[in-house]
Amino acid sequence: MSDTHAQTVSFVRDTMLPAATPPVREAGAIKWLRENLFSGPVNTILTLLGFAIVWFLIATFWDWFAHSVWNAGSLAECRQIIAATWGESARGACWAVIRDRWNQYVFGFYPMDLYWRPTMTFGLLMVALAPVLFSASRTIRRTVLAITAVLTLWAMVVLGAPAGWLAFAAAVLIGGFLISERHVLWLLPFSIVYPLLGVWFLWGGSLWGPIFVLVGPLLGWIAWTLVSRIAPMLGVVAAILVTVLFWLLYAGDAAADAERLLSLSIQTVRSDRFGGFLLSVTIGVAGIALSLPLGIILALARQSDMFLVKTLSVIFIEFIRGVPLITLLFVASLLLNYFLPPGTSFDIILRVIIMVTIFAAAYMAEVIRGGLAALPKGQYEAADALGLDYWKAQRLIILPQALKISIPGIVSTFIGMFKDTTLVTFVGLYDPLKSMSDAVRASTDWKGIYWEPYIFVGAIFFLICFGMSRYSMYLERRLQRDHR
Amino acid sequence: MTDVPAPASPPFRPSMLIYDRRYRSLTFQVIVFILVMAAAWWLVDNTIRNLALMGKNFNFGFLFQRAGYDIPQTPIPYTSDDTHLRATVVGLLNTLIVSILGCISATILGVIVGVARLSKNWLFARLMTVFVEIFRNMPLLLWILIVYAIFTEILPTPAAYRGENPEWSMIFFDHVALTNRYTALPTLAMTNDPGSLDLGARVTFNWATIAFATVLIGGLLARRAIKAWAQRVQDRTGDRPTTWWINLAIMTIPSLLLIWHFGLHLERPALTGFNFTGGLNVSNALVALWLALTLYTAAFIAEIVRAGILAVSRGQTEAAFALGLRPNRTMNLVILPQALRVIVPPLISQYLNLMKNSSLAIAVGYMDLRGTLGGTTLNQTGRELEAIVLMMLIYLILSLIISAGMNVFNASVKLKER
Repeated sequence: MSDTHAQTVSFVRDTMLPAATPPVREAGAIKWLRENLFSGPVNTILTLLGFAIVWFLIATFWDWFAHSVWNAGSLAECRQIIAATWGESARGACWAVIRDRWNQYVFGFYPMDLYWRPTMTFGLLMVALAPVLFSASRTIRRTVLAITAVLTLWAMVVLGAPAGWLAFAAAVLIGGFLISERHVLWLLPFSIVYPLLGVWFLWGGSLWGPIFVLVGPLLGWIAWTLVSRIAPMLGVVAAILVTVLFWLLYAGDAAADAERLLSLSIQTVRSDRFGGFLLSVTIGVAGIALSLPLGIILALARQSDMFLVKTLSVIFIEFIRGVPLITLLFVASLLLNYFLPPGTSFDIILRVIIMVTIFAAAYMAEVIRGGLAALPKGQYEAADALGLDYWKAQRLIILPQALKISIPGIVSTFIGMFKDTTLVTFVGLYDPLKSMSDAVRASTDWKGIYWEPYIFVGAIFFLICFGMSRYSMYLERRLQRDHR
Repeated sequence: MTDVPAPASPPFRPSMLIYDRRYRSLTFQVIVFILVMAAAWWLVDNTIRNLALMGKNFNFGFLFQRAGYDIPQTPIPYTSDDTHLRATVVGLLNTLIVSILGCISATILGVIVGVARLSKNWLFARLMTVFVEIFRNMPLLLWILIVYAIFTEILPTPAAYRGENPEWSMIFFDHVALTNRYTALPTLAMTNDPGSLDLGARVTFNWATIAFATVLIGGLLARRAIKAWAQRVQDRTGDRPTTWWINLAIMTIPSLLLIWHFGLHLERPALTGFNFTGGLNVSNALVALWLALTLYTAAFIAEIVRAGILAVSRGQTEAAFALGLRPNRTMNLVILPQALRVIVPPLISQYLNLMKNSSLAIAVGYMDLRGTLGGTTLNQTGRELEAIVLMMLIYLILSLIISAGMNVFNASVKLKER
């Protein structure tokens, strides 16, 4: 049938035609434009509106950015330069204020010859964070640690750090890098010691203080090993008691005596010299580090079967979440001297850190409670079936999954807390946003400058907060265990 | 099987308080209770001793003394001769005003931005993403300060509106004037004022407001009744009567009649002397705070709305289309009820955040609760303890009321499970 047919047809094509190019409207940029920008009347209107917005923004701000001045001693000089370069009516940004006052925005009123100390503290923070934050990816860890080492040492040299401290920083940074190449978790002891070291670097004073603070838990551990042979539960109680009693009764005097025997002190910097991003980052990092564990404890307490524990944590969480942070900061600055024994007073930054921590911890507890509630009941039952006790079940089965689920919420709590560090301006501390900008404006040179400081500080906050949110996305992807 | 003897419970030993799980939690709770009581006793004892040392006592009598300071924006009549208590109430009302305005506008803007982020339009979706990221990642205080600085530094003095050829002209068809101290808005005026209802304590309520509220609520009730009637007719006959024009008439005609009866009209602000009069001059502190709160919270609400819509799987839309529902009925009957279930709980906490964040009014000098009770009153009377405790209690009660109210709404949209 088919054979006869083929012979009756006069012409049959035996080669394929090359594929015709698609119509212009269905390919390349034009297709993309049609699909994404002009697919219908509503879409076209939106596109035009979008272009109008972009055009408005560019038209408003382009000239101002283009006429930037980076070198000037005062706002008047800035305006002169702008007028001389781009004509009388031109308006421009005067970034010279940042160049002139960057040190105040970064370090506040920290003594100028000691700028290297916060710099070193921040550089070492990265080493301390390595085993906690970027332990999984070797490339990321190498990049972060190498860049930190180079930048920190360079900045310390520029800021005139003494040779001894430079050698110390180089040893820790390079040592940290090498150790993390072998096994990153070997850095954990440094991460545990770091908070005390950081406090000592920032505020100065005697090293004996932090050393004796460390001795407390050490004695507690010894007490635990001795007593827990007789009764395990009593061991825990003994450890806590020994540590607390040592701190309360003995540590202060011992540190003073040791200091008299062998002085290990560096220049003290008082809290009122702190300011700018140094203050924000100090409060932010301390708050983040403290609020997560406190939040976990509060969340577990709220899920607890014990009526009293549950009630207390509900009252605490709902009370803290029900009042604005400002009122808590006022409590820290005005009321704390009512609540403490007469005559005691302690550092305002420490008080603020405590308040910010409990504020963030209450929110954190709710986020983690969400994660705990989202876990299928089977996980709890499986842990029970395996015969794990409460703490083992939490540590090995429940919390790793619950925390993973709550990562986005935890990180947005962190971001919120870091943004809230600007509120310390209302209790008289020099935050970078309001107090510092007001201080800069108070000088005759920079009277009347508004936008540049705000944009500069805002941009840095944006970088840090945006970075944190991207990091949380990375972490979510890294910890993803289900199949998709 | 029934004659198996019950195992004799072991005699009680003191060590069971620690090692027996039945008693351990009790022991632990007793210890916690003792510790908490000890801490509370320690705090109260310290406070009593400190108060005695400073020669102060703990009482709220100062609330009934003369305040002696002025408040720029007073929703209820207030002079400096009034008591601190009245100043506190004025501050509380100011907090509520900015919070409620902020919640409404932030919700509207947030929903628009959240939906626009999901639009197929590439440019618009990207622009909205930029908006959300910028406003979410910078401190609210920055936005309050920037908006306030724009108002005070860039806007002109009222004098710029003067003359034949003024440098600035009023916007919205000559109804609104933006100046560096206040925004002059038109007010509602009546040619046929029905007088006011006196609620006592110099708080009055205009009868016209009550009349409009009554008409509005009556209209809503009538609409519901008509809907039920239409449903009954549809159930009986299969045809749904056309009701939209009855609804429209019920909602508009009584209001229009009231407007005509009271002679309600807009009164434009006009420049007389150095200031605008005749309208409502809203201080820039309020406008800046409201705008900043709106923009900041809208960015968060946009993300909540987007997440809520994305949480409804695409199959739901397709199923609704397959059933032959038109797009707007699909939205109303299928998508929204499911999305709201995801949206409402985080939305509640955004409203709470907005209310608490309104205490940043301190940055622009808006006299809210913190500005009156926690600010001037505190400084004048020197009663930090009482003022701050009272202020925290009021904020706490506000939070509880808002979350209770919204939880009722949440219960109505929540997934009805077995």
